[in-house]
Amino acid sequence: MNFFLAAAASPAAAPAGFQFTPALGMFLAFVLVTLGITYWSARKSTGASNYFAAGRGITAWQNGLAVAGDYMSAASFLGIAGMIAFKGYDGFMYSVGWLVAYLTVLLVVAEPLRNAGKYTMADVLAYRLSPRPVRAMASLSTLTVSTFYMIAQMVGAGALVKLLLPGVGYEWAVTGVGVLMIVYVVFGGMLATTWVQIIKAVLLMSGSLFLSILVLKHFDYSFVKFFEAIGKVPVAGPDGTIVHKDFLKPGLIFGLEVTKGWGPIDLISLGLALVFGTAGLPHVLVRFYTVPDAKTARISVVWAMIIIGAFYIMTTFLGFGAATILTPANISVENMSAPLLAKALGGEIFFAFISAVAFATILAVVAGLTISASTSFAHDFYTNVLHHGRERGPGEEVRVARIAAFVVGAVAIVLAIKLQTINVAFLVGLAFAVAASANLPVIVLSLFWKRFNTAGAVWGLGVGLVGSIVLIILSPSVMDPNGKALIKAEPWFPLKNPGIVSIPLGFIAAWLGTILSNDRTSEEKFAELTVRANTGLGAEKATSH
Amino acid sequence: MPENPNPDRDLTPEVSAETDVARLGHTSPPPAHEQTADEDADVVDWDRVAAMEQFKALLRAKNAFIVPATLFFVVYYFALPVLVGWFPELMEKRIGPVNYAYLFALSQFFMAWAVAFVYLRKAAKFDEEARQIIARLDQPKGEKPE
Repeated sequence: MNFFLAAAASPAAAPAGFQFTPALGMFLAFVLVTLGITYWSARKSTGASNYFAAGRGITAWQNGLAVAGDYMSAASFLGIAGMIAFKGYDGFMYSVGWLVAYLTVLLVVAEPLRNAGKYTMADVLAYRLSPRPVRAMASLSTLTVSTFYMIAQMVGAGALVKLLLPGVGYEWAVTGVGVLMIVYVVFGGMLATTWVQIIKAVLLMSGSLFLSILVLKHFDYSFVKFFEAIGKVPVAGPDGTIVHKDFLKPGLIFGLEVTKGWGPIDLISLGLALVFGTAGLPHVLVRFYTVPDAKTARISVVWAMIIIGAFYIMTTFLGFGAATILTPANISVENMSAPLLAKALGGEIFFAFISAVAFATILAVVAGLTISASTSFAHDFYTNVLHHGRERGPGEEVRVARIAAFVVGAVAIVLAIKLQTINVAFLVGLAFAVAASANLPVIVLSLFWKRFNTAGAVWGLGVGLVGSIVLIILSPSVMDPNGKALIKAEPWFPLKNPGIVSIPLGFIAAWLGTILSNDRTSEEKFAELTVRANTGLGAEKATSH
Repeated sequence: MPENPNPDRDLTPEVSAETDVARLGHTSPPPAHEQTADEDADVVDWDRVAAMEQFKALLRAKNAFIVPATLFFVVYYFALPVLVGWFPELMEKRIGPVNYAYLFALSQFFMAWAVAFVYLRKAAKFDEEARQIIARLDQPKGEKPE
């Protein structure tokens, strides 16, 4: 018996009918609360540092929650839970990298970035390099990463809302999510976005915690019973009979046999993209400009790590709980594993709550992506590349950012509707690959290598960006001989994750570009950048509220 | 938007006004509250700070922690896909109902938290060093910095 179809069929027999369900009620409650916050923020978001950086007045625990809320996407919540429910241990391996990646953010990037920058990652690059070419490339890379990531989220959102709220069509779901995210960002700026992310993080953590407790209760609070059940999950065998599989056994996704020997290398490649890409994701980096100083930025990363780590450990219960209690045969769609588990263990109201959590999750992530994309366009490209760092009138940069947020949102809605039928999950991997191969090498080299210069940065960003995209297009994610992907052909590149090739490419290009150029002007300001990054002298202060 | 008749004139209100990122007009130097990080270069003599023995010691101490810590977590993390991918029979050994593969994956979370907490403690010392360096710079002119 299919749990979800049963649920969908009984209350909404006529699919066109717009039923008022508990899930819809909780969606609306979340929307109302967040719109209230946006109204409150709109009155405070005057001036650039308030609009782009919430006045730099966010506290450490608030920013920690917001970083977590910005980062834990529906792909993590529903996607990883579903992967563990269907493929067992290998799905959990996904979870690990998402936390470990924050050590790079903590140890290498967060503090220097806060000390030496203003609104965007490009501020640090422009510090001792020639600002216009570097900002133009950094802005292009930021917009690319954000757009890929956003389309993946929006397509997921449309599919999800369609499942959770029968009767709401895909187009309406995507448009609704898009309009809300535009409203948050255009009117509420960074302050509203931050609070949407904080609320989402609290909802996601409490929902996951309660669901985990219900799973443990099902096994009489015995880890031994739980893990014994994971050791024998009933799945349909090749001849249709039920066989019991050990879901703790590695290898169902990345095993040598199922991937013709490429699996472990693909997994390492994914790990590289996560570990080096997270510290290059523009929407994560902008969060460190919202706090008063580098020390607060550091403590907020640790808060984020506690929250993110706790969440990904809980994917054990969400995923393996769905595998053992529901069993894969009873889950219609992989991504529905967690909501259906909530329904089986906690009833209709808890299902509604978990659905609303999933919805909040998507909204918080897309709002974060929108504001980082529009900030980069307005601050890096419009003001600093086109207008040489001068505003032509008061408030111009903020006005341009608001228009950019509107355009970015509208483009994302249209693209998400056009790409409805295409599997776009690989776009998230692509966003991480670009962040790791283009952004991170130039951030690290500009902070730590005195000789690094403008040509190196432009080459590093360009090759990292183009290299990742080309490798993805040639990979099995896009080229599939059975026509399951965009191009029907034998893939030229065997790995789904290009990181293991594209990250070294980015570093090599940045190094070659540097040494092949005679430009040494960037060395003059290296002492200054080092002193700033390590002492916080002259860093942007918080504006008083 | 009317044209600014005199581009040299700074239109920014002077006292505690809501201000924006960049200066107005095209040629005048920005007022102090408008200066971005790369413009107020004379906040201190950067080269002097960079040459201070105390500052160099701070950099050495930071690198002495950050470089090994980064190498450690990278090696620890990539040991997981390597062991699981190429040594599956080892990772399938069990302790009670749980196998090595799951325990090692779980240990990654505690490893990450442990590195983070050790770094927090170290960083408190780095902050103190940085504060002392800044305090020296604030001494009135005439006193010789080391």
